[in-house]
Amino acid sequence: MSADQNDIQVILATDCGSTTTKAIMIELKDGVYRQTYRGEAPTTVEEPFADVTAGVVNAVTEIGELAGRRLVDDEGRIIRPARGNEGCDIYISTSSAGGGLQMMVAGVVREMTAASAKRAALGAGAIVMDTIASNDKRRPHEQIQRIRELRPDMVLISGGTDGGDTKKVVEIAELIAPAKPRPRFGKEYELPIIFAGNKDAVSDVERAFKVGFDLSIVENLRPVLERENLAPARDRIHDVFLEHVMAHAPGYPKLMEWTDADIMATPNAVGRILEQIAAKNGINAVGVDIGGATTDVFSVFDGQFNRTVSANLGMSYSISNVCAEAGMDSILRWVHLDMNERELRNRVKNKMIRPTTIPQSQEALVFEQAVAREALRLAYIQHKEFATTLKGVQQQRTVGDTFSQKTGGQTIVDNMKLDLLVASGGVLSHAPRMNQTAAMLMDAFEPEGFTELAKDSIFMMPHLGVLSQVNEQAATEVFERDCLILLGTCIAPAGEGKPGKKCMSYSMSGDATASGELAYGDVKLIPLGTGQEATIEVSPARGFDLGAGPGKKVTRTVRGGTVGVILDGRGRPLALPDDRQLNLDSIRKWIDSLELYPEPQEAEAMAQA
Amino acid sequence: MAKAYTPGLKVSRHTTHRVRRVLPIPGEVRVTEGDTVQAEQVVAETFMDGDVTPMNLANILSIPPGDVMDCLLIKEGEHVSEGDVIARTKGMFGMFKNEAKARADGTIENVSSATGQLMIRSQQIPVQVKSYMSGTVVERLEGEGVVIENHIAQVQGIFGIGGEAYGRLRMACDSIDQQLTEDRITDDMAGCVIIGGARVTAAAIRRAQSIGCSAVVSGGIDDQDLKNFLGYDLGVAITGSEKIGLTVIITEGFGDIAMADRTFNLLKSHEGNECSVNGATQIRAGVMRPEILVPLGEKAGPDDSAFSGSDGLLEIGTPVRLIRDPHFGLIGTVSDLPAEPAILGSGSKARVLSVQLEGGDSVIVPRANVELIEE
Repeated sequence: MSADQNDIQVILATDCGSTTTKAIMIELKDGVYRQTYRGEAPTTVEEPFADVTAGVVNAVTEIGELAGRRLVDDEGRIIRPARGNEGCDIYISTSSAGGGLQMMVAGVVREMTAASAKRAALGAGAIVMDTIASNDKRRPHEQIQRIRELRPDMVLISGGTDGGDTKKVVEIAELIAPAKPRPRFGKEYELPIIFAGNKDAVSDVERAFKVGFDLSIVENLRPVLERENLAPARDRIHDVFLEHVMAHAPGYPKLMEWTDADIMATPNAVGRILEQIAAKNGINAVGVDIGGATTDVFSVFDGQFNRTVSANLGMSYSISNVCAEAGMDSILRWVHLDMNERELRNRVKNKMIRPTTIPQSQEALVFEQAVAREALRLAYIQHKEFATTLKGVQQQRTVGDTFSQKTGGQTIVDNMKLDLLVASGGVLSHAPRMNQTAAMLMDAFEPEGFTELAKDSIFMMPHLGVLSQVNEQAATEVFERDCLILLGTCIAPAGEGKPGKKCMSYSMSGDATASGELAYGDVKLIPLGTGQEATIEVSPARGFDLGAGPGKKVTRTVRGGTVGVILDGRGRPLALPDDRQLNLDSIRKWIDSLELYPEPQEAEAMAQA
Repeated sequence: MAKAYTPGLKVSRHTTHRVRRVLPIPGEVRVTEGDTVQAEQVVAETFMDGDVTPMNLANILSIPPGDVMDCLLIKEGEHVSEGDVIARTKGMFGMFKNEAKARADGTIENVSSATGQLMIRSQQIPVQVKSYMSGTVVERLEGEGVVIENHIAQVQGIFGIGGEAYGRLRMACDSIDQQLTEDRITDDMAGCVIIGGARVTAAAIRRAQSIGCSAVVSGGIDDQDLKNFLGYDLGVAITGSEKIGLTVIITEGFGDIAMADRTFNLLKSHEGNECSVNGATQIRAGVMRPEILVPLGEKAGPDDSAFSGSDGLLEIGTPVRLIRDPHFGLIGTVSDLPAEPAILGSGSKARVLSVQLEGGDSVIVPRANVELIEE
């Protein structure tokens, strides 16, 4: 550490993404840490530069110019510690350049140890290329063929509870070893294998991988069926990421020397800050980052963290895949304008091949936001299917449970318990109106009860995640003051009703007052600004639930934001009419209520101005 | 004068080009520095480990894994043929013996007494790397491959399918805005790289495929046609491994869009010449675009890659193509580069530029939505 923990005035943080390196500066101002400047530059991992630090220096230089502070010395290194108008006290970084951390995982039973291994890998910020399991319905030679095709950065193997049968997990090791998967980088580099399975199988696994692999053994990630122990495997993945993957990536050895804390995989850092904020405030939270190629979903429910990566759901490189997976009909149900499907297909492909273009017309924006709704919806479905209670655990049942259908493997994602939904990624962060961001979140995630909606202002969650390892106070202060932009609170009763019939009545007092009734199928926006609070009493109609039970009244203090309080009477699950005309009527009504898009004449005037 | 930078695709009349041809795993390099190589010549070769067929002898013979070694009739490292008896139990009183027969040809490896599993490794698979572009070997990478250099004319496309292919250039259209339809493809075009003008139709691609053309190059394609031809909807732009019998390269984009003049004229000037093409496209980190390489044999002049004069800088007067709706495909010149961001019709704020279109109209578009071209 280049400065005393208590005397840290200036912090510099970078996130080296696949295409852009984003840098932020955090300064101690009047006793509080604030994010002050930001800069960005193209990432320089690829040829002709092949040195990530060139992009870092460019991004940091931009901050220096904006802040009037010299941050890079004549030899192109970041100046530390801070002195007067020069340098910084701490420099930290995250990275997802070069495709991030790519892993293959294996376990004995797909729903049990293999699922736990996948959770450990995802939690460590990896992209899981494939999951091999004894019961994955592929024959052994097909599994071997698949392993040979992949080029992972490392492999995580689990299987068996401690003291249990060793045969199956050794079989998996014996499948992987002769397949000889080749590492992605470096021909001389031995592929790292992490074994986190039955401890009694260690000697047989060591024998299987004795030549040509770099094997490390950690504690079993499923020592007993009833408990997961993911931390040792996650930590080892992080170490191997630094020792092997980062050390072989262009310029990273130099970058690792510069940083005051270990470089973290970007999603790993985002997960850490979300976990920490949820723990500090005692809330359940979901975060989403929708990028050009992938969508990451993070959740913390009752202290349990989960992360999923939907590899081919994104807004540029993968936009065509979203359309293929969701179907054009599902996308067009969010569109209130007439569009020609054949032409749309060409537009989607043109966006895929020229991913940096931006929507110029309102029509293009409406279509892109419709695609985003479907990408987010599909990613959240995948997340809910993955974030479950442990499977294979014996349930202790009493007579009272006789009619209960609950088993292991239930999703732990409960929208009624969700307190905070955080959005990041271009299409959400850069929407021209924040009402549009809020609407996309509501339509895709269908939050129930009372849920605060927020967005990550300039995608600084990765920076803050790694900062939290070094200076938790700074990370928390900046997260709350500068990172999160609160959009407002969504109030949505679960249940179904008949269009036009009462869904709820409400009465709000405090910094804003409002009262009335909302019909099923309607939405209403009540202005309540940033920093404002109000107490709202909501009485759901019979059959609708706001968390206290069907028809039960709920009184809560809600926070406002850039959008306000949104009463969502569309019911849950959210169902759109199949009939196109009824569908159009509904969409247009919601667009008006939420003031999503300006009238065409207004848009025209804006463009001309 | 205000300037901005935007990347474009390479269209070059003459440039010195190098291709690096390496094996996926170490092997033997078959040419040396200074050698002249042809496009389809093998320059490096190696053998990959053969496929593995696992057999669980403990299960097959119904014995504990620890007893498998005693029942083996062959040793690790020995060769077996499919159907050979490789293990037999002792049975009871010399009777009721169980046998295990090899499920594949290959060499026995990895017999495990922990699981009773045995692996049969099939014959090694040869892997060859061709030169791809004719030229001179300028560097020999021992055990890996070579670097080949030549003076060429080069065209990068925006999107393609299918891998490396070779053939003579043949023009099938007379102008840039003529659609490439099936009636323009004649039987004598077999083995050729066919050049169209604007959109290529699905029927034309099928016709080219059926007569054995090497590749089809045209300005645009309808996504629906591409889907019909491939039989599936392309999700992500990572292509090159399609096994469709020919390579298709699109130079401008999806829809009915004319090939850029410069591209069309360049290809036309080389009609009858041999060329190498590759449809492989990858639009993520490490962007890879499809390409057409026409070897010239000798240096025909100074390098003139499309942006060598302007270094990719947008200036007033620079010719550009608009690459996003509502003006997709239109061509014009930059007439103004305001420094301040402007509000777009979508409501977003972005840096923009004015373009004087060929028809005389002027439009304002985001800077992100143009691409440099050189006439």
